[in-house]
Amino acid sequence: MDEFIIANRRFRSRLMVGTGKFSSNEAMLEAMEASGSDIVTVALRRVDIENPQDYMLKHINRDRFLLLPNTSGARDAEEAVRLARLARAAGCEPWIKLEVTPDPYYLLPDPIETYKAAQILIKDGFTVLPYINADPILAKHLQEIGCATVMPLGAPIGTNKGVKTRDNISIIIEQARVPVVVDAGLGAPSHAAEAMEMGADAVLVNTALAVSPNPRMMAAAFKKGVEAGREAFLAGLGKKRKLAEASSPLTGFLREIK
Amino acid sequence: MTFFEEINQYDQKEVLEQILAKKPSDVENALHSDRLSLDGFQALISPAAEGYLEPMAVRAHEITKQRFGNNILMYVPIYLSNECTNGCVYCGFNACNKIDRKTLTLDEIEEDARTLNKNEFRHVLLLTGEDPNRIGNDYLVDAVKKIKHLFGSISIEVYPMDTDGYKQMVEAGVDGLTIYQETYDPELYEKLHPFGQKRDYKWRLDTPERGGEAGLRKIGIGALLGLGNFYTEAFFTGLHALYLARRYWRTQVSVSFPRIRPADGGFAPLYSVTDKQMVQGICATRLLIPDAGLVLSTRESAQFRDNLIPLGITQMSAGSCTAPGGYAHEDESTGQFCIDDDRSPEEISRIIRAKGYEAVWKDWDPAFLERAS
Repeated sequence: MDEFIIANRRFRSRLMVGTGKFSSNEAMLEAMEASGSDIVTVALRRVDIENPQDYMLKHINRDRFLLLPNTSGARDAEEAVRLARLARAAGCEPWIKLEVTPDPYYLLPDPIETYKAAQILIKDGFTVLPYINADPILAKHLQEIGCATVMPLGAPIGTNKGVKTRDNISIIIEQARVPVVVDAGLGAPSHAAEAMEMGADAVLVNTALAVSPNPRMMAAAFKKGVEAGREAFLAGLGKKRKLAEASSPLTGFLREIK
Repeated sequence: MTFFEEINQYDQKEVLEQILAKKPSDVENALHSDRLSLDGFQALISPAAEGYLEPMAVRAHEITKQRFGNNILMYVPIYLSNECTNGCVYCGFNACNKIDRKTLTLDEIEEDARTLNKNEFRHVLLLTGEDPNRIGNDYLVDAVKKIKHLFGSISIEVYPMDTDGYKQMVEAGVDGLTIYQETYDPELYEKLHPFGQKRDYKWRLDTPERGGEAGLRKIGIGALLGLGNFYTEAFFTGLHALYLARRYWRTQVSVSFPRIRPADGGFAPLYSVTDKQMVQGICATRLLIPDAGLVLSTRESAQFRDNLIPLGITQMSAGSCTAPGGYAHEDESTGQFCIDDDRSPEEISRIIRAKGYEAVWKDWDPAFLERAS
């Protein structure tokens, strides 16, 4: 069976979904359901973490989904660490999607502060899933200090551009010993399929679902895209060849020369 | 280079001439460019663009949706004081106006804050006039400390402070600063501000930079539309926002579009800013800075606000009262100006929903600012 395992925990689905940007909470819940995901990520800044009546905390079924809090909005390691600890103190599982994005415009991850925060949180007993640029060396560093996954971006958040960092993600996938989750920038099921065909262990999608006119249907489409990409990867894709092979070899006559 | 130095490189009359000279072909080129140049921005705010409002709106809508999703952040102002020593001729709090003056006590502030907290608000904007003998940094620090447990985000729209003052605010738990230049035209500025500390154009223009230096996370700017010529005000507001976003790259910059409203003192707008121009300003600013927050207050009518929601707006106030103490007790002292959209927050959030958007009440957490001691 093709299991997806993060930090010894088994998941059926290789599609993670985000909860921001939806036009309503109902649309978000429907998309989560249709995606078949097991892991949903929630921005801590969007929830009243200590209030059990908070809509998201109340309505996301935590027996069904792993609620993965994220530190989106944190500008440095200190802020991210503080937010993560707050979530744990409020009863969330000690899993954290680490996002340190000091530039509020492109929301690109800060490698230095992300690394620092990961060090502290891992020592603190957290399972850390860091959002990073597609930097293979940073991925190795984070893996070495004990991150549970690495989550390189396909393209800047919300751009829907697909796997623009393809070459570097290939290197990360080739070398990683932890699951590689392609996060950010995937705008179509075909992008998700592409990442999975490349051998990514999972993908995370948010904007493409949230801003679709039909989030539920789009979530179902991404589910299929992820499954198709995964199966193609397992089956083994045919190698791309530079030259066509003629069915009747052009140099076959050479064999006939005695 | 400071923004004061940057703006001084422009001859404002020349800028106006450039904008008025834009042709439909300039607008089309701007609309088809991947990244809007300042020249293209001029075309989009020009009279030539009035025939292109629909394609501008379509692009502004698409960009906003991609970057901000289907969310509108809700906030509410709390007026702490209407005492003021400035003579801004357009403002209801003008020192010469004979109105009931009031500065809320800390308990009164808390009372207002609790009322707003019950109404779901988690983002508040604290406002005062400028009166150094009555309202100082310590008063604001005490106010913030008193109410911060009730909110996710506290911003201030008060008198300009020095950098240390803003650092003091950040430490107390303030994450955002709103400061309008009112008008970017220095000569007009002088006429409109005949006395008081606000008379100093440069001190006010430098204020967002001092806030940025102090590490404030959100900075909001704007021109009070109706004071100066719309075209130059829109241009310099965009230029200012772009400057701040590039220089203080960790700070979220937002732009407001406050159109002047009737107030005590009976000031009449010097220029009329049409609804079409408002739409033009909002869409062009969105195309200039795809990631800027764009803010719309209850100054505008309910119908107009509803129609602007999909055009690039990311933040709206609701249920606002511009008189100190007005939330806990109705008919308190006199407000700064008359609001137009007086619908309740629930009503506005219902309409936002009907437009296919979600009203977001909390999108920040005080935990970001609590430095380890």
